Amino acid sequence: MPGFTLPSATLLAQSVLSGIFVGALYGLMGLGLSLSWGLLRIINLAHFAFAFLAAYVCYQLATQGVDPLLTLLGIVPAFFVLGVLLQWLMARFRMTTFNSLLLTFGLMGIVEAIIQTIWTADFRKLESAYANQKFKLGALFVPVPELITLVLAVSLALSIWAVLRYTDLGRALRAAAEDSAVAAAFGVDQRRNGLLLAGTCAALVSIAGVCIALTATLAPSQMYAWIGVVFAAVMLGGLGSAIGPLVAGLLIGVSEAVTMAVTAPSWAPIVSFTLLIVVLILRPGKAA
Amino acid sequence: MNRATVAILAVAAAMALLPLLGLPAFYDALLYLMLHWIVLATSWNILSGTTGYFSFGHGAFFGAGLYTTSTLLARFEWPFLWTLPVAAGVAALLGTALGAVVFRVRSVRGELFALLTLAITFVVGTIVGNTPIDGGNGVSLTSVPVPHLGPTQSSTFYLLALAAATLTLVVARAIFFSRFGAGLLAIHDDEDAAEVMGVPTYRYKLVALAISCALAGVAGGIHALFLSYVTVGEVFTITVPLTVVLMSVLGGTRHWAGPAVGAVAITGLLYSFTAADHAVAGKAAIGAILIAAILFMPDGILPRVQRAWRGVAHRGVKKTASVAPAVAAPAPPSSTVPAAGDVVLRVSGLHKRFKGVRALAGVAVDVRRGEILGLLGPNGSGKSTFINVVSGHYAASAGEIVFEGRGLVGTPAHRIAAGGIARTYQIPRPFAHMTVLDNVALAAMFGGGIATPRVARTAAQEWLDFTGLAAKADALPDELNLHQRKFLELARALASRPRLVLLDEVLCGLTPSEIDSAVALIRRIRDQGATIVFVEHVMRAVMALTDRVVVFHHGELLAEGRAADVMQRPEVMTAYLGRAHA
Repeated sequence: MPGFTLPSATLLAQSVLSGIFVGALYGLMGLGLSLSWGLLRIINLAHFAFAFLAAYVCYQLATQGVDPLLTLLGIVPAFFVLGVLLQWLMARFRMTTFNSLLLTFGLMGIVEAIIQTIWTADFRKLESAYANQKFKLGALFVPVPELITLVLAVSLALSIWAVLRYTDLGRALRAAAEDSAVAAAFGVDQRRNGLLLAGTCAALVSIAGVCIALTATLAPSQMYAWIGVVFAAVMLGGLGSAIGPLVAGLLIGVSEAVTMAVTAPSWAPIVSFTLLIVVLILRPGKAA
Repeated sequence: MNRATVAILAVAAAMALLPLLGLPAFYDALLYLMLHWIVLATSWNILSGTTGYFSFGHGAFFGAGLYTTSTLLARFEWPFLWTLPVAAGVAALLGTALGAVVFRVRSVRGELFALLTLAITFVVGTIVGNTPIDGGNGVSLTSVPVPHLGPTQSSTFYLLALAAATLTLVVARAIFFSRFGAGLLAIHDDEDAAEVMGVPTYRYKLVALAISCALAGVAGGIHALFLSYVTVGEVFTITVPLTVVLMSVLGGTRHWAGPAVGAVAITGLLYSFTAADHAVAGKAAIGAILIAAILFMPDGILPRVQRAWRGVAHRGVKKTASVAPAVAAPAPPSSTVPAAGDVVLRVSGLHKRFKGVRALAGVAVDVRRGEILGLLGPNGSGKSTFINVVSGHYAASAGEIVFEGRGLVGTPAHRIAAGGIARTYQIPRPFAHMTVLDNVALAAMFGGGIATPRVARTAAQEWLDFTGLAAKADALPDELNLHQRKFLELARALASRPRLVLLDEVLCGLTPSEIDSAVALIRRIRDQGATIVFVEHVMRAVMALTDRVVVFHHGELLAEGRAADVMQRPEVMTAYLGRAHA
């Protein structure tokens, strides 16, 4: 068993900060997943594969000298189209929630194989102008790529929340999720909205993918490591919610970081699972 | 022993002679892998295929068995064969522990279960990798002696896998055709309805998971020695669940042999990829086949072949469709029938709150043996909630329910069903993938306490005759009209031989002539000695059938007495029609 050592206050604060950064990424990854599960009744495991595909494309472009953030201009529309195509398939075959999970499970395997064929199974690290930039805030170091991720995660979650709450499109989406037949009777074009939302989810996860490329080392099999923790954030945060996954992601990120500081880094995967089980048992109505 | 089991054992015995032919080791390895995947896919199907709770964590249970055997071999130098039962036990224990937590939560449905089990794969992997079990470097078993079961080392592995596959198939087949298996298949279609009919859903899911894990653990134990060097990164991956899900879905999850068919097909395919050194292409192929199977063949290969076969066999054999005269009345309920008129169900001070809403606010009702008690009240007055609480679907917030002297509050729904109370649903909830006959047989097995499926089917046939559904025995519920679906609900309720039947708006939506036949049927049910609580809006039927009525209003008891008298009372008229009439 790992030894329990009490870290210093600065180290602990630095851990909490890095937990916030990584938690923001969990939230950003969970955003599209939550919207698609909650509003479209599609559980998209390929979401994780899309993130890594975007990360690798960003890596590829960046090694050819393109600024990583500029790659978003190409990546976001491309993934929007990818999301629309997938949703078209789902709608065409009237996928149940469960079959969507199975189908995207298969898709995930295909994308992993594609990535492995093009970029091999070796670890890749994006070297960019941002890579090692950091500044000091009091006693704490703030790395720039992580800060970019945090800003993106918070602003995207807030924008989506505002769209869902205040626009006609948002109201139509929420109404269709609540009772699809009644929403159709009131003239909501669910086909179009579904395609639009699925495209948006894929676009969101491609942004998350670029953030992964900026902050982490890439390997094709790494995509599976995100599943547990991101789904935990989605389920804790509430399906169909824009802010929930971010809040839950931050909570998980900080708990993980503190666990790692107190025990050993490799114990982190236990944290999100434990949190999820505890919430399921204490508040069964909350999750899903 | 039945024919299929004998066939499995005969094939296994013949295959056991194969190493004597002295085939090249290549065949041993390929056959080993096929049998290995047959064990994994078939064991996965025991819980996941039957109940629809797809586990994505089969890799964790397989890995638990694998690491148990590795540890016992490498660290404690146990003889190999002795490690296998322990591997099975550890895997089963892990599964039971997980199931005991997640199955207890009512909101855990198929999707959530899939994700939780997927997560546990990586959690177990983390624990194994971080503790001395593995230590992060893997465990080497190269110095462990392989037992001499076959002429060569590779044939030994082949024989071990053959034994495991035979065991797994025999177990899977036995479960599939047992009462246990019928209960698991019912959970797949409608878990709540299954529980209300007497299926102990929680225990069944847990036992199925434990058996499934134990068999996966055995496969893991054998595979540990086969690999001879095990690492966390190779074992606790997505590959095992991805592959077993694909094999089962492809072969057909609602057949005991489906996963085995899928396993042989996919292993053969994958082997040709790995043999040609295209492992990555193999992974993509699995994904593509899974997608194609879900889009174009969601039932799987085996059910499709079966249907085609049955189509050929049945052609020309015209069914003598007999419209049952519906007079054959099976023997009255087996219980000792005490004097009519004593109180069979006593409900007192019953409260049911849903967050802020008071659905029942201190209701007291006595139901006397042999009567038909009408339960009336405007919409939202608490009638259906009353039935849901008495049948155990909802837990009472407060109050007492005493049936034949035993308190029912806190008793799980399946015990209440087995104890002699049956109910129908206002909107019929048949098990969609079971024939009409099997729907009724299920109730006979669980509520009615008949242990063998064959006997239960015979009893079910009688109840179909009684309700006039005999001609539809082999139909799926989807092929029935509303009237027939309502009667199927009645047949299921009757097949559990209840002493008290709760009927929730059986007449709603029926035409006047259908109502007449239903009223006649309900009378015949009572004539057999059952007591009936009858929730209904059709006043004609209430007047014709009931001995006594109680009227609910806002979750409270408003009036009680003979129907003709009660409906005249001003407070009842006010509840139904509003204040203006008075």
